[in-house]
Amino acid sequence: MHEKTIAELSAALAKGECSSVELTEHFLKRIEALDGGLNSFVTVTAEQALAQAKAADDRRARGEAGALTGVPMAQKDIFCTDGVRTTCGSKMLDNFIAPYDATVVERFKAEGCPMLGKTNMDEFAMGSSNETSFHGPVKNPWDTARVPGGSSGGSAAAVAARLTPSATGTDTGGSIRQPAALCGITGLKPTYGRVSRWGMIAFASSLDQGGPMAATAEDCALLANVMSGFDPRDSTSIERPAEDFTARLNEPLKGLRIGLPREFFGEGLDAGVAKAVDETIEQYKQLGAEVKEVGLPNSGLSVPAYYVVAPAECSSNLARFDGVRYGYRCENPKDLMDLYTRSRGEGFGAEVKRRIMVGTYALSAGYFDAYYLKAQKIRRLIADDFARAFEEVDVILGPTSPSTAFKLGEKTDDPVTMYLSDIYTIAVNLAGLPGMSIPAGFSDGLPVGLQLIGNYFDEARLLGVAHQYQSVTDWHRRIPKGFE
Amino acid sequence: MSLSHDDVRKIAHLARLAVSDADVDAYARSLSSILDFVEQMEAVNTDHVAPMAHPQDTAQRLRDDAVSEADQRERFQSIAPAVEAGLYLVPKVIE
Repeated sequence: MHEKTIAELSAALAKGECSSVELTEHFLKRIEALDGGLNSFVTVTAEQALAQAKAADDRRARGEAGALTGVPMAQKDIFCTDGVRTTCGSKMLDNFIAPYDATVVERFKAEGCPMLGKTNMDEFAMGSSNETSFHGPVKNPWDTARVPGGSSGGSAAAVAARLTPSATGTDTGGSIRQPAALCGITGLKPTYGRVSRWGMIAFASSLDQGGPMAATAEDCALLANVMSGFDPRDSTSIERPAEDFTARLNEPLKGLRIGLPREFFGEGLDAGVAKAVDETIEQYKQLGAEVKEVGLPNSGLSVPAYYVVAPAECSSNLARFDGVRYGYRCENPKDLMDLYTRSRGEGFGAEVKRRIMVGTYALSAGYFDAYYLKAQKIRRLIADDFARAFEEVDVILGPTSPSTAFKLGEKTDDPVTMYLSDIYTIAVNLAGLPGMSIPAGFSDGLPVGLQLIGNYFDEARLLGVAHQYQSVTDWHRRIPKGFE
Repeated sequence: MSLSHDDVRKIAHLARLAVSDADVDAYARSLSSILDFVEQMEAVNTDHVAPMAHPQDTAQRLRDDAVSEADQRERFQSIAPAVEAGLYLVPKVIE
């Protein structure tokens, strides 16, 4: 059953070929048997999942099932879950049981999707390898000596190993797309404002966006239908009517204009990744698309600008963790200042502390113009580059990540080297555009991800462009050895 | 950009982070390398560029000034590190 897509599982449930309880038991057994070597789950909620599955089966029997009712899923441990531990990959929140559900969690509950558990992640979503998690790194199911990417590394590894049909992720600088690429699955980062941030623990609020991770583009479209929509509780939620993201899946690609940003194919791109991406371009030409080069001249400044904007916003967002109302508190504080500084010093890991300090420095008196304001101006230049490109093309295509999955420990010594693994994804967050990663072949046995970038609110077309490719390839059907 | 040990201690204080003496040097080096990297931004002239705060440039919504939250004090305090008589406990602030 685990080799089936969500669309197939949903059809099997509708035909009565299996029940939600059977499906949920199957995936729970796989997690128990196979996750020991991956560490992709922080918390498994077996009892709750089975109760939700039973309720989903009852609902179906009453003829009230929605598109995904009864199909199990997993939540990234950044989404608050009422009564279930939400750690955000941090010692700071290791004992935190949220008193409410995130909007995204509410929406999956309302659809009737049993939650198998909460997936591992980089601490507060700050990382590109899942190695900053308090719960230890996640291993890549294609090669357990390698990282799954990050920060949604647990979600990506769990979907790749078919321990869950889908998982949620969040993407601040590439945290859905880069792990999707490194684990050989499909991930969608929607337009900023599509998916509610309410109850999604904040990292960099002007960039954070939740999205689905699954085997196929069609599955991501079905999941996006559940996840997205206006939410008055999120001040930056976009007020737009609900949209069916599956609407354009079967649209032919004849005449589609694809742009190749020359900046994404230059120095620093691994040859094996370049070869796989070149082959996808040929495939798209055969499907009738027209391909032309475009320029994103300021995209080279995206990583530096991001490492001002994201740390600045994180230093502000993470100020709430003070050891007073919830979360970690140090032993025997001698005064209030000692309570604050030691609770935070002991509760946060090294990378989170680095980013809080960079952000604090960038926002401190006398430095605001040189750092945050400058970065916001560069953000405008990057968004303008994309706007010009989208006057000429319908979608932009390139690699998701400059390399395939790297070895555990390979980039942990130097933060800047790690930051550069998101060099092709970050510009999309700064501009607020939708982007995807889809499986596009292998290089030395490791998955390669293809990135597709769309204009604002053009997710349905983007998903269609991905689905058409997946209709003529089977990379998205490949399952790593030992997890068949 | 090279941060001194005193700079790191000052930033850590502003951020309310305890940093041990043993770690100050490592933070000075890693923060300096991040700030060096970020300085690439200076290569481009942005004198006449409007800063971008939000991708959609939308205005904040307003809502009626009415109570919308239920009182969940006991629930919220059940996850607090230290409470007594409905209050959050912190070390003594006033002698």
